[in-house]
Amino acid sequence: MALDDKHEADGRVFKVVGTRPVRPDGIDKVTGRARFGADMSMPGMLVGWVLRSPHAHAQIRSIDTSKAEALPGVKAVVTRKDFTAESDDVLDNCMAGAKALYDGHAVAAVAAVSAKVAKQALKLIAVDYEVLPHVTDVDEAMKLDAPVLHKDKTDETVPAGMSKNVIQRFEYGHGDVEAGFAEADEIVSRSFKTAATHQGYIEPHACVASMGPDGQADLWVCTQGHYMVRNVCAPMLGMDIGKLRVTASEIGGGFGGKTTVFLEPVALMLSRKSGRPVKMVMTREDVLRATGPTASTSIDVKIGMKKDGTITAGWAEMRYQGGAYPGSPVQFGAMAAFAPYNLKHVKTIGWDVVTNRPKQAAYRAPGAPMGAYVVESVIDELCGNLGLDRLSVRLKNASTEGAKASYGPRFGKIGLTATLEAAKAHPHYSAPLGPSQGRGISCGFWFNFGGDTSVSLSVNNDGTISLSEGNPDIGGSRASMTMMAAEELGIPYDSVRTIIADTSALGQNEVTDGSRVTFAVGLATIKAARDAITKMCSRAAKVWGIDEDAVIWEDGHAKPAGPNAGKFPPMSLAEIAAQASNTGGPIAGHHEVNAEGAGVSFATHMCDAEVDPETGAVKILRYTVFQDAGKAVHPAYVEGQFQGGAVQGIGWALNEEYIYGKDGRLQNPGFLDYRVPVASDLPMIDTVIIEVPNPGHPYGVRGVGETSIVPPLAAVANAVSAAAGVRLTELPMSPPRVLKAIDTARA
Amino acid sequence: MTQIHVSTTINGDAGEFLCEPDETLLDVLRDRLGLTGAKEGCGTGDCGACSVTVDGRLICSCLMLGAEADGREVTTIEGMANGETLHPLQRKFLEHAALQCGICTPGILVAAKALLEKNPNPTETEARYWLAGNLCRCTGYDKIIRAVMDAAHEMRGA
Amino acid sequence: MRYEAPRTLESAVALMAGEKGSAQILAGGTDLLVRMKSGFAEPDLVVDIKRIDGMHAITAEKGGWRIGAAVPGAALGEHAGVKADWPGVVEALELIGSTQVQGRATMAGNMCNASPAADSVPAMVAADAVARVVGPNGTRDVAVGDIATGPGKTSLTNGEIVESIFLPARPKHSGDAYLRFIPRTEMDIAVVGVGVSLTLDASGTCTAARVSLGAVAPTVLLDQKAAATLIGTKVDDAALAKLAAACSAACKPIDDKRGTIEFRTKVAGVLVRRAATIALQRAKG
Repeated sequence: MALDDKHEADGRVFKVVGTRPVRPDGIDKVTGRARFGADMSMPGMLVGWVLRSPHAHAQIRSIDTSKAEALPGVKAVVTRKDFTAESDDVLDNCMAGAKALYDGHAVAAVAAVSAKVAKQALKLIAVDYEVLPHVTDVDEAMKLDAPVLHKDKTDETVPAGMSKNVIQRFEYGHGDVEAGFAEADEIVSRSFKTAATHQGYIEPHACVASMGPDGQADLWVCTQGHYMVRNVCAPMLGMDIGKLRVTASEIGGGFGGKTTVFLEPVALMLSRKSGRPVKMVMTREDVLRATGPTASTSIDVKIGMKKDGTITAGWAEMRYQGGAYPGSPVQFGAMAAFAPYNLKHVKTIGWDVVTNRPKQAAYRAPGAPMGAYVVESVIDELCGNLGLDRLSVRLKNASTEGAKASYGPRFGKIGLTATLEAAKAHPHYSAPLGPSQGRGISCGFWFNFGGDTSVSLSVNNDGTISLSEGNPDIGGSRASMTMMAAEELGIPYDSVRTIIADTSALGQNEVTDGSRVTFAVGLATIKAARDAITKMCSRAAKVWGIDEDAVIWEDGHAKPAGPNAGKFPPMSLAEIAAQASNTGGPIAGHHEVNAEGAGVSFATHMCDAEVDPETGAVKILRYTVFQDAGKAVHPAYVEGQFQGGAVQGIGWALNEEYIYGKDGRLQNPGFLDYRVPVASDLPMIDTVIIEVPNPGHPYGVRGVGETSIVPPLAAVANAVSAAAGVRLTELPMSPPRVLKAIDTARA
Repeated sequence: MTQIHVSTTINGDAGEFLCEPDETLLDVLRDRLGLTGAKEGCGTGDCGACSVTVDGRLICSCLMLGAEADGREVTTIEGMANGETLHPLQRKFLEHAALQCGICTPGILVAAKALLEKNPNPTETEARYWLAGNLCRCTGYDKIIRAVMDAAHEMRGA
Repeated sequence: MRYEAPRTLESAVALMAGEKGSAQILAGGTDLLVRMKSGFAEPDLVVDIKRIDGMHAITAEKGGWRIGAAVPGAALGEHAGVKADWPGVVEALELIGSTQVQGRATMAGNMCNASPAADSVPAMVAADAVARVVGPNGTRDVAVGDIATGPGKTSLTNGEIVESIFLPARPKHSGDAYLRFIPRTEMDIAVVGVGVSLTLDASGTCTAARVSLGAVAPTVLLDQKAAATLIGTKVDDAALAKLAAACSAACKPIDDKRGTIEFRTKVAGVLVRRAATIALQRAKG
């Protein structure tokens, strides 16, 4: 059977992959039937509400819940002392222990018969706080006299004598940057700042927990990874993992922000204590105060270039604050910043810093957009200073197959050059610009992940397929899995239905993150289909009375492999399925793997912007994304990822930011003043899909979800800087900042 | 507190409900009537995920009390398709892949329907401004706008 | 909380006046429900005025227009007559929030919410609009600019309800405009708002002007000094430069999450120039 991985992507003619069918969950989502996190109800259900700290930093001396417990209609009150499991940062973030570490940190929760009663009960909980000095800025937090969040979380990579808020140091690179700078004709050094931005999913976190006195529990939750939720929550509740079954609801956006837990352990604890199902739904204010966002950063960067555009050395020192606990994405930032370029001398240093802000959560290519922003801004400036073409310089220095990445390994087959060439040939690049308009270019890189994946594929009696996978579908991945199964089996798209199974149905599945799903779950789906094919070929062989090695699979049929195998008419999948009971029983394929070989992904973005020199207002006029998808399984959803990432990046570049007051409280915890882009802010986002197949996937797929947010910060900043006639070095480039920069430059 | 008795028409069907005086129409739809198609993304009128029409006017159901619905005609996403037949906007959203996660989709469809009823031939700019109160974080709006314009085109031709 | 939807203005006034706890008028509700959601407002009584006869009416009166307190932005925007006479006012109201908010939000509510950044208020002040207030002690007419006395505070006394807003007859050769600055293209609160209404004589010389500024002081400012810079001019570049300087000088803004003092002061000057230019074009017809 020709079922090995070798022929694969190159030259293969696909029948289903590459088309644009309607997604399997489409009708439900356009009719309002799709059930998201908050759409679930259970009989006898209570509602749970969380009391949150109004202080940025405070010792919790005591919590008196007695009055709340006495309120009629209150069925349970939970504080940290109910969680007897060993403390860790995730649990401490879900429910504060000794200290409240940021404005919005959960300190208690109640379950009651109605929201009204629950909210009344929250007012009756008396928390005795000793307010402590706080720090929310990354540079301030690194100072020796800054308020200290944790006494004992700094690791051995941090030199002695630094603030205890500095948790970890990272260093990447190779060569000798000083030698490299000595070869340069032009050197630019600059310092940049970027604000914290939130993933901004429209669906607030929500779950319904139901735990019985037997200790078994069910949890319905909107999450990017219900296996993760199970594995994290069960130990917090002192449960066996197998006793907690988690079902993923439809998920209303995540972008990395739903790769951890917030409400889930609390809901389970409230359900345990009350003996009733408990539903918890965050308000938008809760979401902004207490979940996400990504890090804010302060970065120094220095790049040297020769007159011919050769980059001689790149250096960056990156400081990321990740909120109140260790784990800012500075490591990824330090790894990814210079990845698009094949440099002889490169060095990045990263500092992970804690501040009195919510614990950061992953946000689409975590850490990478800020690194790309600073590097691509300085490259842009160098090109300007030396009078060089911005795409040609990037092409000249671009990483190609075999290049040693700035973060260590050598690249395999990659598509950066292809994206740059496509950009250069595109009419956008030569389109004329008007007054106060500028064009910006940026490249971007993301690693892409693989990871644990488990898929099961059942061949039904009528020849249809039920495909079960374990990764919440955020952007149409069920369509892609259905397509890959149909492609491999040789049957129509409509014959396959894909569902997201609960945690009791499959083996472990990594969360939907790292742009891993179409790659890793796709790979497992194809392998599961092949497993089923092998079984179906064996059934056909049995019916025909020939050796199973003498049967091949083609176009949805088992066929004798050549004249020696006998002259039997091809047997369709449906025919084999119909006889399954008589030929050995049900037929199913499955595949379990820790998927490796996720191909890295590169993109080039091009942005035209216009600046109103009198107000600092920025209008995005035109935007084009060129990105390597490896193989676009469902091109419409690949384009959707390109467009969505670009627009999130535009929001990050222009108007989104966490604004803290002097009191350390978040001043804009709502969509009114946390300003995500609206439809009228934007032009169409043009896309060019480049396909440089990933050798690690049977069809050549690379993840596409995250790379698309890496270049826009710099693409927009370069366009705005060109239009304004001054280099912008702080994000967001909100109108007051742009106007000030213009006025300062003129003065 | 005394609950209020409200008689109303929802998606063409006359009905009644009891609600608290301070309960929003969105809460009534979702928690009392089981119409969970309208979503609460913010509860403050900033995201449009709870869009419905009341007596033909597009509103955020989170910014209206349930009690105010007495004698009014409310339409929600659940009333958009006619049995098995999708509204052209619903069909075009599927054809154009104009949704990724789908949480904003019901509100955007209700809003877009109100747009095309008022202005069957909107420009792209008009469509973008009409829909500016419907946040979508996944798509960057490109495919949404294309789907709305295509549906408008088809509906004008029909 | 109690909810009442009286059928007459008299009963609404009686309800409001008789409430011992806190009472709130519900017109469009786009501010009130947000404040209730966040816990900033916890009224004991909400009086919905939308069931009162006449509250939805837009009526011609003395060459101008009387606009009921429950008329939402969407309805005003559909009224050709008001739009033709006072395009600046209509556009200002229509700028508030989304299409959905326009389905509910009213001018009277925008005024009574008493935000310094209210979009329709500077336009109404420039138009010299007058609010009709009904209370236990009868009816009075109050200049729109005199309703708000500070952020969230009004001059309305216990039991008083705004019944309507009157936009006066538009003089010949006059035009109005409202512009605001927001970071995005929609959905934001004004960082600066500017209303201009001006009248020309037959030769194109400005004979009367009203200029108002929003979001640069605790209440909307009527800037008569700035207006004076236009009188007797052809509203040319020199006059506009003086107007801009006068407006910037009149600003007493604050630094906040939406803008800086420096930004607001400068942009007020920029916007007033642009708004006056639009008003001039409209005055020239």
